[in-house]
Amino acid sequence: MKRFFAQFYLWLLLIMLYAPILIIAIFSFTESKVLGNWSGFSTQLYSSLFSGGVNGSMVRAIENTMLIAITAAVLSTALGTIAAIGIFNLHGRKKNTINFLNNIPMLNPDIITGISLFILFVALGISQGYITVIIAHITFCTPYVVLSIIPKLQQMNANTYEAALDLGATPWQALRKVIIPEIRPGIISGLMLAFTLSIDDFAVTLFTKGNEGLETLSTYIYADARKGGLTPELRSLSTIIFIVVLVLLIIINIRSKRNKPIKKIRCTNDLRS
Amino acid sequence: MDQNNVIIQIEHLSKIYENYLVLNDINLSIKKGEFVTLLGPSGCGKTTLLRLLAGFIAPDAGNIMMEGNNLANIPPYKRQLNTVFQRYALFPHLDVYDNIAFGLKLNKMPEHEIEKRVSKVLKMVSMTDYEDRDVNSLSGGQQQRVAIARAIVNQPKVLLLDEPLAALDLKMRKDMQIELKEMHRKLGITFIYVTHDQEEALTLSDTIVVMNKGVIQQIGTPTDIYNEPCNSFVADFIGESNILNGRMIADCKVECMGHEFNCVDEGFGENVPVDVVIRPEDIYIMNKIEGAQFTGIVKSCTFKGVHYEMFVDTDSHNELMVQDYNAFEVGSTVGLFIKPFDIQVMKKERTCNTFEGVMTSEKTVEFCHGEFYCADTDWAAGTRVKVEINFDKVDLRDDRDEGTLVGEVSFILYKGNHYHITITTDDNDNFYVDTNDIWDKWDMVGIRIQPEDIHLTKLTADNE
Repeated sequence: MKRFFAQFYLWLLLIMLYAPILIIAIFSFTESKVLGNWSGFSTQLYSSLFSGGVNGSMVRAIENTMLIAITAAVLSTALGTIAAIGIFNLHGRKKNTINFLNNIPMLNPDIITGISLFILFVALGISQGYITVIIAHITFCTPYVVLSIIPKLQQMNANTYEAALDLGATPWQALRKVIIPEIRPGIISGLMLAFTLSIDDFAVTLFTKGNEGLETLSTYIYADARKGGLTPELRSLSTIIFIVVLVLLIIINIRSKRNKPIKKIRCTNDLRS
Repeated sequence: MDQNNVIIQIEHLSKIYENYLVLNDINLSIKKGEFVTLLGPSGCGKTTLLRLLAGFIAPDAGNIMMEGNNLANIPPYKRQLNTVFQRYALFPHLDVYDNIAFGLKLNKMPEHEIEKRVSKVLKMVSMTDYEDRDVNSLSGGQQQRVAIARAIVNQPKVLLLDEPLAALDLKMRKDMQIELKEMHRKLGITFIYVTHDQEEALTLSDTIVVMNKGVIQQIGTPTDIYNEPCNSFVADFIGESNILNGRMIADCKVECMGHEFNCVDEGFGENVPVDVVIRPEDIYIMNKIEGAQFTGIVKSCTFKGVHYEMFVDTDSHNELMVQDYNAFEVGSTVGLFIKPFDIQVMKKERTCNTFEGVMTSEKTVEFCHGEFYCADTDWAAGTRVKVEINFDKVDLRDDRDEGTLVGEVSFILYKGNHYHITITTDDNDNFYVDTNDIWDKWDMVGIRIQPEDIHLTKLTADNE
């Protein structure tokens, strides 16, 4: 009986969490203009999404989102990798301070990050557009990249870098041929995390996109909804984004799971030998 | 020593970590093709010395010369030596072949030459056919073999080994010891081997360098170190030994455990206090009393595989460890006998605690960063004095608040009928204490000294 209630509670919770998304996904397969009216199964919303049936500004918003996400993800991954290696090699109080500073942007509410960046760009007289949005996204993505790489560095044998030097590698060769390959899983996780965070962002983008008409998906949908009613195609688009993010998350999870058992096997090997 | 034969010359090498002298003025020369072991307890500086040789850290003073060239400004990747690390430090993203070929590929060696060399070293470490294996799938012993192969494939002039066998189990360790010795013979290059395992050091080395607290205690062949330890630390660290207080009566005559023994040591002078070392296997034990030098009662008898290990309470109430192939009944009286050349006499490093202090008033004196009451003097505050305290007059307290100074038990030596303990204070001053109480290493203790036990002598320009 107790088991039944536990199960029931769990399912209720899951349904509550996923119902909104499910509803949108279900209603993306009907043509009705208003959400909640089922006017028969159709893939019309999907085909019009891809055949340009929707207005051009939405397509442009999708393009902008992807461009910004890819650029920000790549740059913040590069920056985060360098930072992680730097932090890892610090000691004592310095290390703690930098780690703490790295954590602040993650705990900071998006709206604060957005406003402070907005004020900064205005104060510096930088005209807002692509560049400012990308800079802003790098700002909040980098700490997450750092955080996904540091555990990989910690798992590494403490002498790995020295072993490379010992075998004749210059510090640069040791970094390229040994350190980077060893922490690659962390780098890839960081890249994917940065990518999803960038696609997902609304608050920071809103404050840094300027008023030259630059829209990303999130700001476009927001503006669209305020104009009165959501474009029906957004239902199919939301579904696609949800599935893409879901797949990315599953990949990240599988990767981190796959790394753990290997470690375990290695430990038991050591004990046995 | 023939200068041309020296490959590594270490001169006045010192290293400081966070105000702590990890290596203190190390001088050592290593011959070409020698198997040298740096031996000592953890924290003695042996690994630091190895890391200085490899170039991972830089010394604070002194030089390392390799074949006459100063290594000071040569980075690790340009030094002609390779390291085998304690936890192997293989590159997990590369397979066995690529791990071993790593150094050769960096040197842009042609591929067919690399293949030839790799298969040669794999054969040497008995790992042929393992080329394509993932290093994570190998056992600890196999990983260690790959690590050794990866180091020797570069044909270094010196191979540095940092406790390479420490992570292996006993059986595997013994096998690898034999293989390492064989490998050393075949390669003919210099091995510098770091270990805390005295048995490993005795088995493998041509020369053993015993270290403690950043200082070289003794350099010698395994037999020298074992048979003629130069101080009580070495005697205690290498093998089992009975270390006792004694007194040199005259040349070749030493008094110990209340008896007079003939020995082979000379030149100590007459009536000089000394430390006497007797290995447990060098004490003859028998059931009959006639013909014995002294007697004792067997307190315990343990079977150790090849021999029995017995603790015998002698007629002068010293406890001796004795090893013999025969078991003797617990409680029985036995006769004991020691041959002259089995008695190793060592000069005492010190006969009492000696510090330099300053009077803070007529009846207080400050030394080792602590202020002690002493017997009344008529010396003004600021007078510099020599402070002497006998070993048995230092009072150790469990409760550290009861002591004038606080210290840590850093070395314990059993001397047959009492313990000789070294207490290291926070400021790195050492107090030596004779006590019958049992303390454990790293115990924190309070140090108290009665005023009348502090002997002071005024320091003047002449007696300094």
